[in-house]
Amino acid sequence: MQPAVEFRHISKRFGAVQANADVSFSIAQGSIHGVIGENGAGKSTLMSILYGYYRADSGQILLNGEERHIRNSQEAIRLGIGMVHQHFMLVENMTVLDNVMLGAEGGVRLKAHRTGIEAELRDICKRYSLDIDPLAKIQDLSVGAQQRVEILKQIYRSASILILDEPTAVLTVQETESLFEVLRLFKEQGKTIVLITHKLQEILAITDNVTVMRAGRVVGAVQTANTNKEELANMMVGRPIETQLPRAPYNPGATVLKVEGLNLKNGQNVSLLDNINFNIRAGEIVAIAGVSGNGQSELLEILSGMRLPSTGKVSFLDKLLPFGHHADGLPAKFRRLGISHIPEDRLRDGVVKDFSVMMNLMLGYQRKASKGFGLIDFKSVMRRCAELLKMFDVRPANPNLRIALLSGGNQQKVVIAREMEAAPKLMLVGQPTRGVDIGTIESIHAQLLKMRDAGVAILLVSVELEEVKSLADRILVMCGGRITGQLNADEFDATKIGLMMGGLHK
Amino acid sequence: MFEDFHLASILVSTIRNAPVLIFAAMAGLFAERSGVVDLALEGKMLASAFVSASVAYVTQNPWLGIAAGVGISVVIALLQGYVSITQKGNQLVAGIAINIAVSGLSFVLAQFFFGQGGRTPDLGQARLFDIILPGTDAVANIPFIGWFYGKLIGGHTALVYLAFALVPLVHWVIYHSRFGLRLRAVGENPHAADAAGVHVERTRFLAMLCAGVLCSFSGAYLAIVQSGFFLRDMSAGNGFLALTALVFGNWRPLYTAMGCLMFGFFGALQIQMEGVELPGIGKIPGSLIQMIPYVVTVIVLAGFMAKSVAPRAIGIPFVKSR
Amino acid sequence: MSTNDLPRWATAVVLPVLNLLSALLVAALVIYLLGENPLESLGILVNSAVMNPEGLGYTLFYASTFIFTGLSVSIAMQAGLFNIGSEGQMYLGGLGLTTVILALDSSLPGWAIIPLAMLGSALFGAAWAWLPAYLQARRGSHIVVTTIMFNFIAASLMNFIIVTYLIPSGQQNPASRLFAETAWLPRLSGWFPILGDTPLNISFLLALLALVIYGVTVWRSSWGYQLRATGLNKHAAHYAGVSITKMIVVAMLISGALAGLASVNALMGSTHYLALNFPAGAGFIGIAIALMGRQHPVGILLSSILFGALIQGGFDLSLEKSNIPPETFIFIQGLIILFCGAMENFYAPAIAALIKRLPSRAR
Repeated sequence: MQPAVEFRHISKRFGAVQANADVSFSIAQGSIHGVIGENGAGKSTLMSILYGYYRADSGQILLNGEERHIRNSQEAIRLGIGMVHQHFMLVENMTVLDNVMLGAEGGVRLKAHRTGIEAELRDICKRYSLDIDPLAKIQDLSVGAQQRVEILKQIYRSASILILDEPTAVLTVQETESLFEVLRLFKEQGKTIVLITHKLQEILAITDNVTVMRAGRVVGAVQTANTNKEELANMMVGRPIETQLPRAPYNPGATVLKVEGLNLKNGQNVSLLDNINFNIRAGEIVAIAGVSGNGQSELLEILSGMRLPSTGKVSFLDKLLPFGHHADGLPAKFRRLGISHIPEDRLRDGVVKDFSVMMNLMLGYQRKASKGFGLIDFKSVMRRCAELLKMFDVRPANPNLRIALLSGGNQQKVVIAREMEAAPKLMLVGQPTRGVDIGTIESIHAQLLKMRDAGVAILLVSVELEEVKSLADRILVMCGGRITGQLNADEFDATKIGLMMGGLHK
Repeated sequence: MFEDFHLASILVSTIRNAPVLIFAAMAGLFAERSGVVDLALEGKMLASAFVSASVAYVTQNPWLGIAAGVGISVVIALLQGYVSITQKGNQLVAGIAINIAVSGLSFVLAQFFFGQGGRTPDLGQARLFDIILPGTDAVANIPFIGWFYGKLIGGHTALVYLAFALVPLVHWVIYHSRFGLRLRAVGENPHAADAAGVHVERTRFLAMLCAGVLCSFSGAYLAIVQSGFFLRDMSAGNGFLALTALVFGNWRPLYTAMGCLMFGFFGALQIQMEGVELPGIGKIPGSLIQMIPYVVTVIVLAGFMAKSVAPRAIGIPFVKSR
Repeated sequence: MSTNDLPRWATAVVLPVLNLLSALLVAALVIYLLGENPLESLGILVNSAVMNPEGLGYTLFYASTFIFTGLSVSIAMQAGLFNIGSEGQMYLGGLGLTTVILALDSSLPGWAIIPLAMLGSALFGAAWAWLPAYLQARRGSHIVVTTIMFNFIAASLMNFIIVTYLIPSGQQNPASRLFAETAWLPRLSGWFPILGDTPLNISFLLALLALVIYGVTVWRSSWGYQLRATGLNKHAAHYAGVSITKMIVVAMLISGALAGLASVNALMGSTHYLALNFPAGAGFIGIAIALMGRQHPVGILLSSILFGALIQGGFDLSLEKSNIPPETFIFIQGLIILFCGAMENFYAPAIAALIKRLPSRAR
């Protein structure tokens, strides 16, 4: 039997980034096929190509042995490919039935076709154990149920290949189990499923075959029954990772930050952070490794005052952080206490892109920059700005240039210069080298190590294991909102970390 | 004291006040449900009032006037669509700009064509006739029924009946037709609609077209039925009252129409209440009664009564995510 | 196509000028269709509004009001808020100063009552802006709809107050009694006799002062920094520690106060009584000015003078040409708001293409 999908030498480049490089593998008919990898491995790009969002630069896609050119998602749907995205494409205040009918109503008068389609949907729900009432409104359904509606939509459109992109990121444990049941039933009906994930548990639980990707390439293709978690973890992560960068001898001082029992639940009662406990001492870099979306962003937001936790305590220099009733204006308080923050999303949180470089160097510190009458002392700001731009080698070194015109790397240098200038006791750093060129990466790492050597406590969140290895004194790994493992720098082991990132600890 | 109230005439006035708001509110409903903020109901209403009165006068035919009113209102609606949808401009500003521009231009053109100080000449006979329902004479002398059948239900012009007939029609289109389903989806989550294969911009333009047609009747009603001529700024805030009714009615046709009736009622009440002494309170001035619909809307907006939830994607120009 | 991709000089000067010219072109077309010569009309307008000292006096008199309403809308816009309620806030501001004056104009001298009355106008204007601001900040009620409602409520409320409480017995005019002369603002024609009998008064100087304070506060103070950050990027402002709730309320209070102050020029400088519907659209013109002037003090000043000229020149033009009544300038005002506010990026792609053609040195 021909494979349901075959990728042959697929390559795709976005500017300077080679997202997919010579990707070739097959997905067997009637199987559940896992595609696993870290951030930036190329999984989502590949699936987007399959679903018609992008066109590959080179290579072929064969469906059932026949070469196909999938130009857009309508064609993909026609060819029987359905995709369940991480962000659902549902109209919340309409019923399940209306959402399914949208775009395929059958005629001008809805009523004429409603009963027929409703019956069909109930039939599908029964066959696949989907447990959805077609007349329920989307906004009244749980997230897990909404996801099943997306699956229902694909089945209704006669999808024979179902792609799921990180489906369990938003689900509780019970909902994950229900989802797996549905997928098993789907497979029994002879359909094919592609499961994109970074969680090893899921791979081992339901897939038949696994393809491991790394940096745009396929690095492993195995049958699930023939492999184990260590092998998968190793393939996912394992590569010669740079050694730790040189630094002053590890001699951490007093505890600067103590996090106890931190919890965060969202509106649907899903745990985004689950019983987080750790501390950071002066003069050490604690790095949190893990695939993005496992609570790291939320943790940084809470520690910087941009968001409130549900429960838990955080002590900074032996005093409880004053969380209060709302986060409005809280970051200013935290800054004054001595916590600085290099945010993960630079363009959204870290800079005002219409402001000049000099104005952005003040972001968060505008009060400090003012003298009498609350007026900003532009002369001294300008002077200091010129010094900082030189110190951090920002190019072009023009304080009056709109920051949007600088490259990502130079923007990041401005942000780092700003936060370091505040001489904090605790520095929160999120993805410091995202979208930054190689030369700048080195200089940013050097700056962070300088701070660490000078006695600042640093919390680093990074999806890049190279970066974690280069900088960390201690490593924590997060998955599913929990800390799944702790290591000292010298205990760094790719397989171990891979397991922790994949949600399995020893 | 209550004899002064003439409840009967208040109710008949309510029925005759409501169509102005109903037409405009239904127009706004189409636009806003598709995701386009429509602050230019005033402008479309006023333009249609002017054009329909002028053409009706010149041709001495009210129906031609109404048709012309539809034409100009549609042109303005499509202009609004171009600015809001194609140019992705600020929809609030576009609406206000159109209102102001129409206010000025309608006066100037009226003055230019008719030289009567910015109004159009009286239509005289070229207005719509009252439709007397069959059998009105027969029941005329029966107490209450005679009044109810002859004055409250019957005896109105065609546009009044059109307005009330429109409400269930709009309800059906919005909730039971394919166009309505797509319209609502585009206003709530255009990305989902786009993913389902619905053409977002085209749907919004169609919605603006409907808004243009419906709002024109409001203006024609003002000029041809209620006054018999066009007068400067005769829309008098009715466009915003219609928007208020939309917010009040949570963008649903039946509740919105009820809001229009309520505002029509208060309008009629205001005229009657002038000079009437209420026990304990004394005279309530008309201007304070006039305030009531707006105060009620603010209370609704503050979320203290029912929750009034606008279409989620309203005011945000659609940009394809991929 | 984002205007942010264009250099500053293109967005700050070229686009607004192009937009203004487009509006004027459409206006010229309409004037032509009305049977008049657009150039001749323009000549009459400029002559009346700017070329002769009395006309200039009137132009600047009107501009004084518009500077305040323009500032009112501008400062709200800097926080990302669209305050349509300047009209109602100005109306209530008039009530504020009237209350002070009617109570105190027989007992206090001019140097005391004038500042107190101004304070009253600012306080009442701010108070009228408070509730919409609070509802937006705390309950997410859209400020555009609430301020429109408050405009209507103001109209009804002021109608009630004027008719019930303020009309002196025996008077037919729906207006308060005349203010005592101590509360009259000194006219500039006292110092510049060449201005003749124009109502141009010291509120023009106040308006200029307000422009300077606005410029310094918004661009040079730390509060102004936070204001602009809030309007440009709420997330970054939150990151920077700005209390967004407080910022929304304070920006609207100041906006309302400025709109309230707009009433000072007409009521204390010209008519000397509070009349029904005295704002006469000045709040809405403020929106046009804020959009055209791109919320910049120089832009606001120039736009205010332009609109003042349109009104003054338009009035004289309407006397000479019966086919061009003053309402024509209401139409032009609408066109300006349309082109400068809703279609502002219309020419951006063409400009971007032109810039690409320039040798790289010139960019």
